[in-house]
Amino acid sequence: MVDFWQIIQNAGVELISPTTAAYALAALGLAIHFGFTGLVNFGQAGFMAIGAYGYGISTLTFHFPVWGAVLVGIGASIVFALILGVPTLRLRADYLSIVTIAAAEILRLIFTTNTLEAVTGSADGLSGYKGGFADLNPIPDGTYGFGPWTMNAYDLWLRIVAWTIVIIACLLAWQLMRSPWGRVVKGIREDEDAVRALGKNVYFYKMQSLILGGVFGTIAGMIFILPRAIVPANYATTLTFFIYTILLLGGAATILGPVVGSIIFWVLLSAVSGFVARAQAAGWFDLIGMSSVQAGQTRFILVGIVLMLLVIFRPQGIFGNKKELAFVK
Amino acid sequence: MSSDVKPTKGSPVKSVDMHVGEIVPGVPKKDPIIVADHVTRTFGGLTAVDVDHVEIPRNAITALIGPNGAGKTTFFNLLTGFDKPDTGKWTFMGKSLAGIPSFRVARLGQVRTFQLTKALSLLTVLDNMKLGAKGQKGENMFVALLPWLWRKQEEEIEAKAMELLARFKLDTKAEDYAASLSGGQRKLLEMARALMSDPTLVMLDEPMAGVNPALTQSLLDHILDLKTQGMTVLFVEHDMQMVRHIADWVIVMAEGKIVAEGPPDAVMSNPAVIDAYLGSHHDQDLGEDPDQEKENVNAIKELLDADDKS
Ligand SMILES: Nc1ncnc2c1ncn2[C@@H]1O[C@H](COP(=O)(O)OP(=O)(O)OP(=O)(O)O)[C@@H](O)[C@H]1O
Ligand SMILES: [Mg+2]
Repeated sequence: MVDFWQIIQNAGVELISPTTAAYALAALGLAIHFGFTGLVNFGQAGFMAIGAYGYGISTLTFHFPVWGAVLVGIGASIVFALILGVPTLRLRADYLSIVTIAAAEILRLIFTTNTLEAVTGSADGLSGYKGGFADLNPIPDGTYGFGPWTMNAYDLWLRIVAWTIVIIACLLAWQLMRSPWGRVVKGIREDEDAVRALGKNVYFYKMQSLILGGVFGTIAGMIFILPRAIVPANYATTLTFFIYTILLLGGAATILGPVVGSIIFWVLLSAVSGFVARAQAAGWFDLIGMSSVQAGQTRFILVGIVLMLLVIFRPQGIFGNKKELAFVK
Repeated sequence: MSSDVKPTKGSPVKSVDMHVGEIVPGVPKKDPIIVADHVTRTFGGLTAVDVDHVEIPRNAITALIGPNGAGKTTFFNLLTGFDKPDTGKWTFMGKSLAGIPSFRVARLGQVRTFQLTKALSLLTVLDNMKLGAKGQKGENMFVALLPWLWRKQEEEIEAKAMELLARFKLDTKAEDYAASLSGGQRKLLEMARALMSDPTLVMLDEPMAGVNPALTQSLLDHILDLKTQGMTVLFVEHDMQMVRHIADWVIVMAEGKIVAEGPPDAVMSNPAVIDAYLGSHHDQDLGEDPDQEKENVNAIKELLDADDKS
């Protein structure tokens, strides 16, 4: 029989997992790009990869302390945003999306290539960079929490840091979006020529937005690798689309939407895959003639269906303003 | 001010005597705010704008008229940096503007509106207005994070926005999305928003298109008011009645060229203008392009109507 209690417990773990926090932060960065500024960035996975590899390589190859590795990642992310933005932000919106999707793939291939194996670990990726972060942990060893949220000191430390960063990022974005800066950026989303005609340097604002959202993605990339190893295959285009899914689920031009969207996405994904795995063990899939590999993939189908229903019945996202949607052309 | 005023009973005060010498296309003005030379713009084989010389008088209301496709909007785009000319240069208040990006042109005090209205749909009407204000400290990303540095300025901007909105009868809509406004209200909003920056020169591309007659009168008063406040207005308009009513000076474009200019009454009886509206081939077969001809005939009727009424 399928153990539903276990499925719920496992899904509960995702509620506050660092991965959920990482996706929330990456989606918040995308909200700044897409939801608030109207920049169609399809390369958020690239920004996350830069965070992951920037941190990993600085630590392993150059033996940087944690803060140094974080700064390297952020610096690289700003350079990446400039490389993407300088040629494309003056052009029509679609150019940015083409360039970002290609640039993110190029980055992933560079990290995968054998030529740079000594630094990037090639397809195997990197591991063994967590020491510095663990050393900063002020929490004494032991077991903390209860129920599905029982964890050791490192996991607790990681969750505290991850969610604190998410909260700070949310407050930052919230303050920016209610300021005159946010007004300019939202104006650009609506019609950049109109904003130009009012004397605002549109190019400059788009660049600032691209950098800010990109840095959020990069920091998300760093959080993402602290509970696991760096594997280049994680940074494929699907990652970007999962983040878009989260964003649309929560509401594109909202601050809390990406966070809640990420939580729902991960809890749902965990519940569905838990169910599929157990149902398969119980032989349910054999009845309809599905192989175990096929069964494994059904979780994405199910998640996809659930998300489609959400988008159909609540297209503005969970936190989006219904009134706003009435006017979407 | 170089222009004398001639008060007429019941009608707006017109600025007169702004030109130097004989009135011909490109006549110099006593106090020009814009001086353009040899401005051309081609699209493929089509010469959309080919302006040899034109001067726009300061602190006056100048109308730019001409048939559809005459190049008025293109000329606006060139003057405001939204398009790049093939050749030519022009100055605004003595400062050369060729090659200056559009946002900088706006900062210099030359603000425009668009023929196809650009309301920022998913911003509230009030936010649309506030966006128009110049020199906002909170538009700097880092200052934006420290609200106490910009809150006071924000309040001042809001007060000014509400005042303008009230003048344009949009104050009750302040909290609504601009997307919920009617076409005419959007025109009004765009004009009000342009005024938030206290411009020196306001360039309006068909400000009256789609605005109902009741509101047209108040819009005309606003435009006249801008002149009283010391601003210069350059506007494109097809409604001859209105041009005659408020314009101090009229410039006529056809096929990219300035074909005539002068005070409204003189221009409207100028054969070159009638030519422009009928197309230079009006002596040929009228059946060639019935739609175009119909439009032209209507334009002429309007011209003559306007003549009758004065
Ligand atoms: N981006 C463009 N590409 C190609 N041709 C263009 C472009 N913009 C304008 N034109 C052409 O240039 C000419 C002038 O157009 P413009 O929009 O300036 O006319 P207009 O005087 O504003 O007309 P209307 O009174 O109808 O608004 C037209 O023949 C038009 O087809
Ligand atoms: Mg036009």
